[in-house]
Amino acid sequence: MLKLMNVNKTFNKGTINERNALDHIELHVNPGDFITIIGSNGAGKSTLFNAICGQFLVDSGQIILDQRNITAFSDHQRAFEIGRLMQDPMKGTAPNMTIEENLALAFTRKAKRGLFALNKSDRSKFREILSQLELGLEDRMKTKVGQLSGGQRQAVTLIMCTIAEPKLLLLDEHTAALDPETAQKILAITEKIIARDHLTAMMITHDIHAALKLGNRTIMMDDGQIILDIAGKDRSALTMDELLSFYSKERKKQLANDRMLFTS
Amino acid sequence: MILLVGSLQLGFLYAVMAMGIYISFRILNTPDLTVDGSFSLGMACAAVLTASGHPILALIATLFFGAIAGTATGLLQTKLLIHPILSGILVMTSLYTVNLAIMGGRSNLSVAGKATYFTMLKETFGGNMLMMTCFAIIPALLLLVIVPIFFKTHLGLAIRATGDNEEMVRASSINSNLTKCIGLAIANACVALSGGLISQYQMFSDVSSGSGMVIIGLASVIIGETLFGKRGVTIGIASAMIGSVIYRIIVAFALKIDLFPSYALKLISAVIVVIALSGPSVQQSYHQMKIRREVRRHAKREASTAYAETHECKQDL
Ligand SMILES: Nc1ncnc2c1ncn2[C@@H]1O[C@H](COP(=O)(O)OP(=O)(O)O)[C@@H](O)[C@H]1O
Ligand SMILES: [Mg+2]
Repeated sequence: MLKLMNVNKTFNKGTINERNALDHIELHVNPGDFITIIGSNGAGKSTLFNAICGQFLVDSGQIILDQRNITAFSDHQRAFEIGRLMQDPMKGTAPNMTIEENLALAFTRKAKRGLFALNKSDRSKFREILSQLELGLEDRMKTKVGQLSGGQRQAVTLIMCTIAEPKLLLLDEHTAALDPETAQKILAITEKIIARDHLTAMMITHDIHAALKLGNRTIMMDDGQIILDIAGKDRSALTMDELLSFYSKERKKQLANDRMLFTS
Repeated sequence: MILLVGSLQLGFLYAVMAMGIYISFRILNTPDLTVDGSFSLGMACAAVLTASGHPILALIATLFFGAIAGTATGLLQTKLLIHPILSGILVMTSLYTVNLAIMGGRSNLSVAGKATYFTMLKETFGGNMLMMTCFAIIPALLLLVIVPIFFKTHLGLAIRATGDNEEMVRASSINSNLTKCIGLAIANACVALSGGLISQYQMFSDVSSGSGMVIIGLASVIIGETLFGKRGVTIGIASAMIGSVIYRIIVAFALKIDLFPSYALKLISAVIVVIALSGPSVQQSYHQMKIRREVRRHAKREASTAYAETHECKQDL
């Protein structure tokens, strides 16, 4: 489905702030995969998503989505097949427009366009989808999104990301800014939608427990590299403690390497 | 009466410009300073074509050239990543030369005696004051129907969203650079049309009459918002138009009773805008002042009760 082949990205090249944020990334995502991604702050997880979404062009390497080479596509071209949810609930929606207008904009990227952005059949479709959230939003379709709570906005954004049936759904700590209860709810909705539409998805999370419980495959990133990629039996056998000790071991190995570099 | 009718007519002709300002400043949420140039551009184009005997073509041409000016500003912003305000100023400044060139190097051009939109209608329907006002209202009314409908189409919705959350627009697979350019093109087309109408109404075009238009337009938008509140696009456009009429009426009466000389107009519009924009911050500092005073009073009261208590204690002793 998605292939990253030897992808590299260095920020602020040639300056004192030089940072190799993506270091020879090789990643093959199979159709129907639901991958959870973990790693410390600054590991390059968000940068990986930015590279896939086209926030910047990568320095080298290829990005293939469903047999199409999208390496040189601009961000809005890629958004045709990629839905993305950020941590900040404010980012994904237009606050001064109504729920139905927001949905219409996201929906019409693929749907046939009439003269008007919103028509009756669209509205009933949106109603139907919103009612599945069980948040009561289907009765507030003419409410401005800015008046909703963070959790509600994130739910609307989730719908906007998935309403056009993307080939890939990227979730970047999309529940981290919500209170625990709302976060749980949004996560449950996310799981439901992914299962319902058989979406291929990648989810960055800080919650290692959730990372091992959700999805079928887990990736760990550190310092711009993928240092662990497990699925199937290995993954279900893995405990949180093992994962953490693996992480600190990798870290130490790297520190040792660095020390060798400095002393030699 | 004549005064009122005259300002009604002017108000509705300038209302077309106020709508353009509403589109760029409110819907697209970008400060577009192209306006001063594109207003004169509309005047110049209309005057030249009217002088050569094509009054209706002249008005259509203003839409076209205004749209080009807006697109130029949009391209500077989106392709060359120049700051929106500077982009507008750059295009406005360039347009000064363009406008002079259009008028053949002259700084003003009279179309007196030529057929205009107004004289043509006057010949057919008669030209009393009421009819003239109707003629002036027609373009504004037409746009008041067309433009809100446009903003309900898919493209219109995308333009509105671009002003609200550009990132979300791109995430919905829409090229926000394109929607921004189209929005600015429409806004400046309106402004230029207004300039064209004014030049036909006043029977002359002057290269410098566009200066300060952006402030006058903004004043109209703000007057409208003060009266009708900030609401949806349709009401927003309508209230900007009404704001323009009210602005003209205020100006006409202020001039009439010699409140200020006619050259004070632009200063007055600037003051209106400053007052309107300072509203929230004045309100806030008033609120803070009240809190501070309350705190101070409270502190004083506590100090005096404390003093009284210690005295009581001494007396007890
Ligand atoms: N646009 C950018 N410009 C410069 N440095 C960046 C940029 N984006 C990310 N980085 C750097 O790349 C590294 C990886 O960041 P990021 O991918 O956001 O980490 P995380 O895994 O926490 O999401 C960090 O050191 C960050 O400072
Ligand atoms: Mg991150």
